[in-house]
Amino acid sequence: MNRLMPSLDAAGAILLAVIWISPLLFAFWAAFHSTSDAVNFNIAAPWTLDNFRTAWDGAPWMRYFLNTFLLVTVVLIGQFILTTLAGFAFAQVQFPGKDFVFILVLLQLFILPEVLIVENYAMVSRLGLFDTILGIGMPYMASAFGIFLMRQAFKSVPIELHEAARIEGCSWFGILIRVYVPLAKPTYLAYALVSVSTHWNNFLWPLIVTNSPDTRPLTVGLSIFGAPENGVDISVISAATLMSIAPLLIAFLVFQRQFVQAFLRAGIK
Amino acid sequence: MSNPHANLERRRQAIYGWLLLSPAALLLSVFAFYPSLATLWSSTFSRGNRRNPSEYIGLENYADLFADPTFWLVVRNNLFYAGVTIPVSIFIALSMALWANSKIPARGFVRTAYFTPTVLPMIAAANLWLFFYTPGLGVLDQIGALFGLPSVNWLGQPETALWAIIIVTIWKEAGFFMIFYLAALQTIPEDLKEAADIEGASRWTYTRRIVLPLLMPTTLFIMVNAMINSVKLIDHLFILTKGGPSDASKLILYYIWEMAFAFFDAPHAAAMTMLVLLVLGIVAAIQFFFIDRRTHYQ
Repeated sequence: MNRLMPSLDAAGAILLAVIWISPLLFAFWAAFHSTSDAVNFNIAAPWTLDNFRTAWDGAPWMRYFLNTFLLVTVVLIGQFILTTLAGFAFAQVQFPGKDFVFILVLLQLFILPEVLIVENYAMVSRLGLFDTILGIGMPYMASAFGIFLMRQAFKSVPIELHEAARIEGCSWFGILIRVYVPLAKPTYLAYALVSVSTHWNNFLWPLIVTNSPDTRPLTVGLSIFGAPENGVDISVISAATLMSIAPLLIAFLVFQRQFVQAFLRAGIK
Repeated sequence: MSNPHANLERRRQAIYGWLLLSPAALLLSVFAFYPSLATLWSSTFSRGNRRNPSEYIGLENYADLFADPTFWLVVRNNLFYAGVTIPVSIFIALSMALWANSKIPARGFVRTAYFTPTVLPMIAAANLWLFFYTPGLGVLDQIGALFGLPSVNWLGQPETALWAIIIVTIWKEAGFFMIFYLAALQTIPEDLKEAADIEGASRWTYTRRIVLPLLMPTTLFIMVNAMINSVKLIDHLFILTKGGPSDASKLILYYIWEMAFAFFDAPHAAAMTMLVLLVLGIVAAIQFFFIDRRTHYQ
């Protein structure tokens, strides 16, 4: 019994793993075969790139890639600046009202931007940011989660370094940039990975605030491309799907350790 | 006697503090606090049109919702969605973590396979699963046909549509939750296992009596995340069912979106948003008063 268990374990674990990636494997199979070969699981069928050609010609993918790239960059830069400043204020500066404001910030962890779509849409339109990359990114920049993360990172910096820099005549801002930011590099990296993959994958809010191919990110473009009205078949949808997840998926497979560490660091405070 | 230098320093810190905070505070106000209040405000006004301008109607929008059978159907759907996805995801995540942490062959592959869905967009996940669910041609039907089962329109009939949505959600989030369990498992000291072995405890006893209690804080943390996900994860509805057939798979956030951007009924959408915020507030309270206290207790 006890000798049988490990092999049963291994079998269960591997079976679940195969089930878990089978949707990706089937999509991979379908993307490289003609539709009829794909659905008939004709193992001997020839491989083809036609689906990718059809998919690529069916939508302005280059533009979508560019938009998504710009979006994640804009969001990340905004988040880095805002959360660094606010995180530092919460971690190392004494000022009246700090605890109260911090609780307000924590509250935002539960007021999901996804839920406030109606009013945020009105706000973005009022600011003249409808159908702009900035309009998609702006509601996410002052991330409560990021502020919390940076605060934790800055709190763990030894106070001696702070004092030493001050004695050397460094200004507050100088101390932040020269002492705190470099020491928090792992946190920045973790936050960047989580942020990029979140916003690369975000859909509902970009769907609402974009209205043209010039700003639409990949997810929205993919959903429009695959809509039943378009009548594209399963092989072409699979090809388009693989195309749009490829950059992130490849990055994940290469930097797997960092990704997992990043999500962990981001989740466990 | 107060020291003028200390006073000056304190005032300087206060100014620095607020200056550093102001950009984030401004954006948080504009995109979180003000919209929450504005939602509350607009949920008490009627929907205006050319003939009847919008006017204050108190709680009438809420009363409308409570009288709307679709609203209750959507609430029921969402409770069912939460009631299945939360425990099943947690159970699968725990099994994955126990497996991925044990000495098995191909462990690297197993971990990667479990975690990969986490990095995919929900829209892409929905497209991948479309290939499974398509009647006749889909993978599920073809597997069924091997056993002589009839073709099933998984997404097209009320009995199965919500289940199809639930499965995609579990597939997407279980691997994400796994890594938190995995991290927690690695903090359990080896001697506990050795001690249990010496005492002759079976593996099941060891898992149930030692591992599961030690994982309790992680489970609570994951549960809060899963609750939030059961409100938030709706992107796949846009691809797979659009809430149909006859609203059988419609979830709250999708209904809010539809109300606001397909039916252009912002006041009722606002009323529904307030109800969701209320639920999220309760989840937040659980987190603050129950879980944080527990985890800090050790």
